[in-house]
Amino acid sequence: MLLDLTIKELVEGIKSQKFSAIDVTSEAFENIEKHDGKVKAFLTLTKEAALKKAQEVDGRIKRGEKVGKLAGIPFSAKDVFSTKGIRTTASSKILDNYIPPYSATVIDKLEKEDAILIGKTNNDPFGFGSSTENSDYQITHNPWNLSKVAGGSSGGSAAAVAMRMGAFSLAEDTGGSIRQPSSFCGVTGLKVTYGRVSRYGVLAYGSSLDTIGPIAKNVEDTAFVLEIIAGADLHDATTLREGVPDYISSNNKDLKGIKIGIPKEYFIPGMDKEVEELVRSTGNVFTDLGAEFEEVSLPFTKYAIPAYYLSGMSEVSANLARYDGIRFGFSCKDVQNIDETYLCSRDRGFGDEVKRRIMLGTYALSSGYYDAYYRKAQEVRTLIKKDFEKVFNSVDILITPVSPTPAFGIGENTDDPLKMWLADVFTVTVNPAGVPALAIPCGFTSSGLPVGMQIVGPQLSEEKLFNAAYHYQSKTDWHKRRPECS
Amino acid sequence: MSKTNLTIDEVKHVAKLAKLGLTDQEAEKFKDQLSEILGFVDELKSLDTKGVEPTSQVTGLLNVFREDVVTPSLSQEEALSNAPDKHNGYFKVKAVRE
Repeated sequence: MLLDLTIKELVEGIKSQKFSAIDVTSEAFENIEKHDGKVKAFLTLTKEAALKKAQEVDGRIKRGEKVGKLAGIPFSAKDVFSTKGIRTTASSKILDNYIPPYSATVIDKLEKEDAILIGKTNNDPFGFGSSTENSDYQITHNPWNLSKVAGGSSGGSAAAVAMRMGAFSLAEDTGGSIRQPSSFCGVTGLKVTYGRVSRYGVLAYGSSLDTIGPIAKNVEDTAFVLEIIAGADLHDATTLREGVPDYISSNNKDLKGIKIGIPKEYFIPGMDKEVEELVRSTGNVFTDLGAEFEEVSLPFTKYAIPAYYLSGMSEVSANLARYDGIRFGFSCKDVQNIDETYLCSRDRGFGDEVKRRIMLGTYALSSGYYDAYYRKAQEVRTLIKKDFEKVFNSVDILITPVSPTPAFGIGENTDDPLKMWLADVFTVTVNPAGVPALAIPCGFTSSGLPVGMQIVGPQLSEEKLFNAAYHYQSKTDWHKRRPECS
Repeated sequence: MSKTNLTIDEVKHVAKLAKLGLTDQEAEKFKDQLSEILGFVDELKSLDTKGVEPTSQVTGLLNVFREDVVTPSLSQEEALSNAPDKHNGYFKVKAVRE
């Protein structure tokens, strides 16, 4: 299958006319037709436009004209990225009919390099969830075992990459939404340093926590995409001005003498034994590569989760005020005054999880509670950030599990919102600190479900993460396995 | 885990602040779920943060400016393209006052 190749190999093959952009893009749609009835990763397909663009790229190559760095590479995007003229729902009925009049900066950047958008993927509405079960449209099934969740919130993106329905997917991570589904689906996903990639045109969740990153088959592809989407953007004042390094060749340093920290707070009682064993066993591979290990501690970890939820939900309460039934999105018609427009449109347009999060945030920001909740959470955030700064004085990177369990069963956690929130216990902690974290596959459970490890580094250390993960993937083949999906 | 017990009136008050028109049934369900979640986040109260400065911008950027020049933006037509109701180039809304 062409889509088993790396992005670099695909681009070289297309440019040298060994195969065409049409071949690669058609293969992505064949895989969608074959598998997506069961997996349900996509909400919207853009087949006609995609094939037309592929043909156009092939034409330019035949005529010897210039093409972009991602010439003819089919990709999907989580349905939180604004795509001009293409329905964008955030998997919420309140945006059921929304057609953005402009595209997110990252979509523009990818399309400028001749990548080909094949469709928009399912997620928990606005990113609110850990399994895509909160989507107002469909539940995405795990391609490794269809009775399990694909993870969330970017479950559609991770499942799409696992099934080769596209070469990579663009996703968003506020508390684990790229890493946890990547782990559940056996693919590679990167949560970047806050501000490394523009958020312009991405439907907001928690603006001080949201990050944009790729989900791909392997580290090399992840680095390839990051190099294109990273960098300052005039439309997003929080983007970092630091130059974008050559991520693609950041895998050339050996790991001799690099210090890897194992934070004890990330191996907790009650976590799945197989997950713990598989993540700990990565130590053998890294030791062979010359790395050294050290147990470390991030003492404020247990406060990171409540601090994350309070900060995140407060920002949700503010960000989702824009869905007012007036400017775009669903609007109740049978109402008498403007207040009823708001109340009715938001009540009917939002699902339960969205309402829960808005209400928690509104409560935390309301008069009399602000200091006890919102301000307190921001103070704890300082402590969490310092925890990471301190630990990175003594080690280069950290290795932890992505999630305490492999993919859980569909319906298993839906009756208990708090239990679902705790599925993100190892991933939410890095977002309040703004540091990057990479999820890569590190083995399979005895029942055949993929398990991921998380590599965390200081702010703007994406190269270090890629380097370590690249060496790991050169010694292992977990990332090359593809589900049968039957 | 401690439990913060919200009352139905508190839930309805928060819903009103958030402009969410909840049914009585929804309010009852959210009362229990939000109480449980608040019990969980109340763990923060046990942590002494005296003298700790709050962090809301994690990379420390301050005062980001751009040149004061006109750049392309959405046309009026594009900005209104998703409006549920419009009139002569404006968003149209229901009565603000009776």
